Amino acid sequence: MTRSALSVLVAAAVLLTGAPSTSRAATEIQFWHAMTAVLGERVNEIANKFNASQSEYVVKAVHKGSYPETLNAAIAAYRAKQPPHIVQVFEVGTQTMLSSGAVYPVYQLMSDHGVVIDWNDVISPVRGYYSTTGGNLYSMPFNSSTPILYYNKDLFKKAGLPDQAPATWDAIESMAKKLKAAGVKCPFSSAWPSWVLVENMHAYHDQPFADNRNGFDGLATTLKINGPFGVKMMERLARGAKEGWFTYGGRLNKAEALMTAGECGIFTTSSAYIGNLTRASEGKFTWGTGPLPRLAGFPQGNSIIGGATLWVLRGGKPEEYKGVAQFFKYVASTENQAWWAGVTGYLPLTNSAAKAMEASGHYAKNPNQKTAVVQMSAGKTTPNSQGIRLGNFNSVRDAIEEQMENIFSGNKSPKQGLDDAVAKSNDVLKEFAALYR
Amino acid sequence: MRRAVFRNPWLPYALVAPQIAITLVFFFWPAFDSLRLSLYRASPFGDRLIFIGGGNFARLLGDPAYFRSAATSLGFSLVVTVAGLAVALLLASLANAKIRGLALYRTLLLWPYGIAPAVAGVIWLFVFHPSFGVLPYLLSFVTAYQFNWFLKGWVALMLIVIAAIWKQFGYNLAFYLAGLQAIPGSVLEAASVDGAGPIRRFFAITFPLLSPVTFFLFTLNMTFAFFETFGLIHAVTQGGPGDATSILVYRAWKDGFDGLQLGYSAAQSVILMLLVIALTAAQFRYAEKKVTY
Amino acid sequence: MGRSSVIAHGILAVSIAVLAFPLYYAFVISTQSLDEVTSLPPKLAPSTHLVQNYADAWTRVGMGRLLLNSTIVALAVALGKIVISLLSAFAIVYFDFRGKQLVFWMIFITLMLPVPVRIVSTYQVVSVLGWIDTYWGLTVPLMASATGTFLFRQYYRTIPDSLAEAAQLDGAGPLRFLWSILLPLSTANIAALFVILFVYGWNDYLWPLMITNSQEMRTAVIGIDALIPRTSQLPEWNVAMAAAMMVLLPPVAIIVAMQRWFVKGLIETEK
Repeated sequence: MTRSALSVLVAAAVLLTGAPSTSRAATEIQFWHAMTAVLGERVNEIANKFNASQSEYVVKAVHKGSYPETLNAAIAAYRAKQPPHIVQVFEVGTQTMLSSGAVYPVYQLMSDHGVVIDWNDVISPVRGYYSTTGGNLYSMPFNSSTPILYYNKDLFKKAGLPDQAPATWDAIESMAKKLKAAGVKCPFSSAWPSWVLVENMHAYHDQPFADNRNGFDGLATTLKINGPFGVKMMERLARGAKEGWFTYGGRLNKAEALMTAGECGIFTTSSAYIGNLTRASEGKFTWGTGPLPRLAGFPQGNSIIGGATLWVLRGGKPEEYKGVAQFFKYVASTENQAWWAGVTGYLPLTNSAAKAMEASGHYAKNPNQKTAVVQMSAGKTTPNSQGIRLGNFNSVRDAIEEQMENIFSGNKSPKQGLDDAVAKSNDVLKEFAALYR
Repeated sequence: MRRAVFRNPWLPYALVAPQIAITLVFFFWPAFDSLRLSLYRASPFGDRLIFIGGGNFARLLGDPAYFRSAATSLGFSLVVTVAGLAVALLLASLANAKIRGLALYRTLLLWPYGIAPAVAGVIWLFVFHPSFGVLPYLLSFVTAYQFNWFLKGWVALMLIVIAAIWKQFGYNLAFYLAGLQAIPGSVLEAASVDGAGPIRRFFAITFPLLSPVTFFLFTLNMTFAFFETFGLIHAVTQGGPGDATSILVYRAWKDGFDGLQLGYSAAQSVILMLLVIALTAAQFRYAEKKVTY
Repeated sequence: MGRSSVIAHGILAVSIAVLAFPLYYAFVISTQSLDEVTSLPPKLAPSTHLVQNYADAWTRVGMGRLLLNSTIVALAVALGKIVISLLSAFAIVYFDFRGKQLVFWMIFITLMLPVPVRIVSTYQVVSVLGWIDTYWGLTVPLMASATGTFLFRQYYRTIPDSLAEAAQLDGAGPLRFLWSILLPLSTANIAALFVILFVYGWNDYLWPLMITNSQEMRTAVIGIDALIPRTSQLPEWNVAMAAAMMVLLPPVAIIVAMQRWFVKGLIETEK
């Protein structure tokens, strides 16, 4: 009795979930992504808009978890010969994708299907990061951001500070101290500790992050973050942690919880945080933005691109790839780019879209969204600020954040922590390079 | 050995077939694959597979962080087990009287066994929450020390330890109660007639008689703390801060799934395999001896 | 006896209170509004937003589906393991066949290698089978374990030979014997195993985490992860706790309802 009941149960379950879909007129395209909350809703929106605009293809946007989880899901699916057509991979996975041999390069996809996209219109930081030396884009830019600075205007008022974003690290330190004196729980904090405080700070000040031109000239095997600049940055932050004006909020973007709760005075994180912060702070507190702070005594570079792009995996059918090309064309149109950037806070990916947003008065109404654009155009493009491309970058970032925790808690000196991060990262990088020798 | 009763040429094979089939496919195949993969350097997408022999093991055994992780696993497991058993034994001894409603008490003590470690972790996460939790709030009246588990490794460890002990506590207590109730009153009475005080009685008689239970609980708690707390750590601290809560099984998972270093992760699985074999072998040996107890 | 009885009651009562406090606290949080959650000092009496929070938690993560998945997994694993191990134990105890020792050891070895130890490779195997993100993948690999077999084996060895002999004299075949005589005798052990395995299947974290990708296939203990306030979400711990309560209720209820067999089963498996 038990057995037949069990088999009925399992059969029912299989039917509920695994039933092959009835034949559809439209070709289905699987698009796996890692966006949640507001951003997740927007992804669904753009997929729905595309689906509604034509009847040949249906893009199914599926949330697969965090960026690493989404990547793992795609890899597993690929190995099981059932890959999604499109997978959103974070910038940290770029080298992994490039080396994999599992990718259908976007420039090739578009030209194979006769879809014309003006690649020169893509804003240069994005184009530079995601293309190969030939200038060809391997993945479709989708959500690109760069870190900027946020500040809580209400807390500033409470501490008697003028309503203006600090522009230098010295300014941050003195303002944070005043905030602390006024009883603010989190005077200064940052999300994405490695991305903002190490990777971006190096690029922003024209300092190299790794050898081989940050991995663009060949697989990088050595980090360079334990030089004088890196140590100076960490020393300041370690001091801040000790003196209590820098509150460490966790790895990845965990610290955003502090800013969302209205506890932080000054905060640095991705420009993409604007969407969520707007929703969370409504009716609770007011805030503003500014460019990333500079450290005196070092040259000018530029901040680098974060976020993710859409990669196309091999193993699908030709008519499905045709649909993918159409979807990408739709996403890249000026009108849709302007809409997407407007509602998410991500950078508009084409110069035309940026101009359209300016012309429509969008930036006048949402000045905070312009901060990132202005910051990137004011920066100087140098070999060190084009971006960072490392194999096993996820592990490298984790190694760096692990040591940052040791530095901020006072367990290690900044130099020692950075040296250890470099040692561990070099080990990881060499492992990757050994795969593709 | 019992005498086999039924004779049938094919039936026994049919009966064990399902178990053997599943064991072969989901146990032996992965186990051998793990062994095999541990000897390779593998690319995430499977496009490169390079034989490196003992390279992954050399890398592991030459990495102080790995030994730290092993020490953390061991230390954490021991604390959870020893502290958990000690408190449970103490309370069980004090509560060991002929009282009514023992069954009811037992029910009320056992239910945390049904809570997943990850869920227990989430609850304790909030109890410990630096901004809203009740525990830091109460502690703030006693000391100005910031119990920030994002930065202080020992606070994070303490959080995990408490959540783990809490989960296992009722179970340990119930077993000790059952074990104590099984000790014949006559033995203890005889001892007290001999003039032995309660503490002496405990250590000379009760504790030795409880040793099968203690041994059983010890093994169970150690295994739980070593392996099943993965959910707890994944949900609460993710191995941090630094590598303070990065136990061996969490490391193996992370290197394979976040780091996409499949060969390296497989090597860690192999080492865990050897550890478990050693533990199980030791347990079996002890249990054999216990039979003649 | 009187005084030590009071002490005993006292200690047990205090233990129960300490044990229950976090759960009680979680319950209280699950009834509060967002403002109440984020304000200090923490309130320890239940508030009035119970329905709202539970409804919120339910809809936001698709709790219905998550609970269904957990139920399917827990039931499938429990029942599957019971059936498979019972049959194997029966074969091992009541038959003599070539390779019996080998079979016994093969089953025994599975005890030495819990899932976390073979994670990466089991994942590859399941991936090759195409079972990632399916019920098959969630349940079948968990059925390869020996605890049940040993429980039944131990028990069957204590059953007097005379029963089986009598059955043979009556002309009953082995399967008849199994169905009409052995099975009814085994109900206590089956019930005990059921509780343990159900809880195990319901609460398992690592395996479902690894092999499910879509929210629809996740089990409850993992699915509620989306509700834990992190990063850019509002600190809605009240909703998170509501979800936690819903997830831990079924296994705890099963333990409470079947606790007599549960304790017996734990004590039996120790031997």
